[in-house]
Amino acid sequence: MTAAAPLQEELRELYRDLILDHARSPRHFGKLDDASNRAEGINPLCGDKLKVYLKIKDDGVISDASFEGSGCAISVASASLLTETVIGLTTDSALSYVDAVLAALAGQQKDPADVQLGKLAALQGVREFPSRVKCATLAWRALNAAIHDDKQPATTE
Amino acid sequence: MNEHSQKLAKPVTSGLRDCRSDFPALDQEVNGHSLVYLDSAASSQPPSAVISAVAEYQAHDHANVHRGVHTLSHRATEAYEGARDRAQSFINANTRNEIIFTRGTTEAVNLVAQSFSRPTLKPGDRILITHMEHHSNIVPWQQVCEQTGAELVVAPIDGKGQLKTDELIAQLDERVRMLAIAHVSNALGSINPLREIISNARRFDIPVLVDGAQAVPHMPVDVQELDCDFYALSGHKMFGPTGIGILYGKEAKLDAMPPWQGGGDMILEVSFAGTTYNELPYKFEAGTPNISGAIGLGAAIGYLESIGMALIERHESEILAYMMAELDKIDGIRLIGTADKKASVQSFLLDDIHPHDLGTILDHKGVAIRTGHHCAMPVMEHFSIPGTARASLALYNNRDDVDRLTEALLVAKKIFKK
Ligand SMILES: Cc1ncc(COP(=O)(O)O)c(C=O)c1O
Repeated sequence: MTAAAPLQEELRELYRDLILDHARSPRHFGKLDDASNRAEGINPLCGDKLKVYLKIKDDGVISDASFEGSGCAISVASASLLTETVIGLTTDSALSYVDAVLAALAGQQKDPADVQLGKLAALQGVREFPSRVKCATLAWRALNAAIHDDKQPATTE
Repeated sequence: MNEHSQKLAKPVTSGLRDCRSDFPALDQEVNGHSLVYLDSAASSQPPSAVISAVAEYQAHDHANVHRGVHTLSHRATEAYEGARDRAQSFINANTRNEIIFTRGTTEAVNLVAQSFSRPTLKPGDRILITHMEHHSNIVPWQQVCEQTGAELVVAPIDGKGQLKTDELIAQLDERVRMLAIAHVSNALGSINPLREIISNARRFDIPVLVDGAQAVPHMPVDVQELDCDFYALSGHKMFGPTGIGILYGKEAKLDAMPPWQGGGDMILEVSFAGTTYNELPYKFEAGTPNISGAIGLGAAIGYLESIGMALIERHESEILAYMMAELDKIDGIRLIGTADKKASVQSFLLDDIHPHDLGTILDHKGVAIRTGHHCAMPVMEHFSIPGTARASLALYNNRDDVDRLTEALLVAKKIFKK
């Protein structure tokens, strides 16, 4: 950690345009009235809470998804990107995304063949900010809980 | 005191000499910038005088207290009890028996709730707190209410984050068996008018506990002048170590209270037929205490006294006024907590940027602030916000720190601009 310029770069890596765009205008935001599955995610460190709603059809395909709650730019953008990602996926492949995203955010080089991170790669800026990794993972833990229909809120701890 | 602090540095404002070089932690770079520490309300940095007092004790004088005839035990006891004497004179307690060492403010409040209140409360009794309390002055009272059937009543605050004192005074009556109130709010900085409140509580003989965690580092405190029954404080918020704090209690009240925890040191005689408890203050200090913590706290008190609390108060109120004015100039800022009488902290929001994002960006600029609910969720609910960013001052802060804060906030604005 020396010069100031690269540090500024790190900040821009964290707050990329895509992240800021999703934070300002979250997609699929709000309650899903006909959700079949839902779960809450809580980050006990900061008190941030969000809910993920899924509509899973009999064939296991997620036909709709949404989220609500308030949080920092990172957690909202992550949740918004999540909803865009999982609509149209089967629950199995959504779970592969959960694994891949959690691994990527933990800095593990795991490239599962069936998962293309695509724009989700924008979330990787948090890796330089250890105190913010949990903000990015919160929605994914809630997604995992929703698919398994957990009644207990998922937490980042 | 170390030689650093003797060195005459340039005066900052209000006649307070520049104390920064007394605090080794302040002399470092964080993320490529010199550290600006604006989180003393969460925990303050220790001066060299505290660090060396603790190190000296650990290196040369450590032994158990009150129980050995050997030299080291004698030295440890002298140092530990010396810290009690310092604390007594610092807050002007009437006797040293009124100074109980605890783990901190939280433990002090719990001690009073369990040892003083629990045995006497009955259904229909009330405990009065305020809407601006820290969780540690809420939850222990909720617990004792659950245990006894007493009712918790809350005095309201207004839109500036100040106590509605008239309403609190109107809530005082025979049913209230404890008033537990912050001296200074940690989330808002509001200073409560304790003299007026306590003299009103006296009319109904209501015991008063003051949570002084955020007051003692910033202003002179005289418990006899306040006339409170209990006063709680934490060492780590007044430049001392963590894990040590003080419960002050009027001797007559403490005398009448049963011990809270049992063990060594708090007894005179133990047999299986029964135990005779030790006298004050030892009755409430079961087990081997935090000896080095108390010594460090004593050194912190010595340091504060060497500067003078009145001078510290004047310096900080000047910097706080500057900070509030500078923050207020930023387009899109919302100051949370604008009481007429305030100390040391300013909570705020900027545009619709979440406080955690502000915290991350500021940290990147070397500026340390606290973000979140500050263990005062009811305050956040009062303002209908999930949390705030909070910059808090201590004697070592100056105008340059405030300038660095506002500069970093402008960077955050730039990153988040639409
Ligand atoms: C007003 C107030 N009361 C109580 C506490 C609790 O202090 P501690 O955690 O040191 O017991 C704090 C600090 O967090 C505080 O600011």
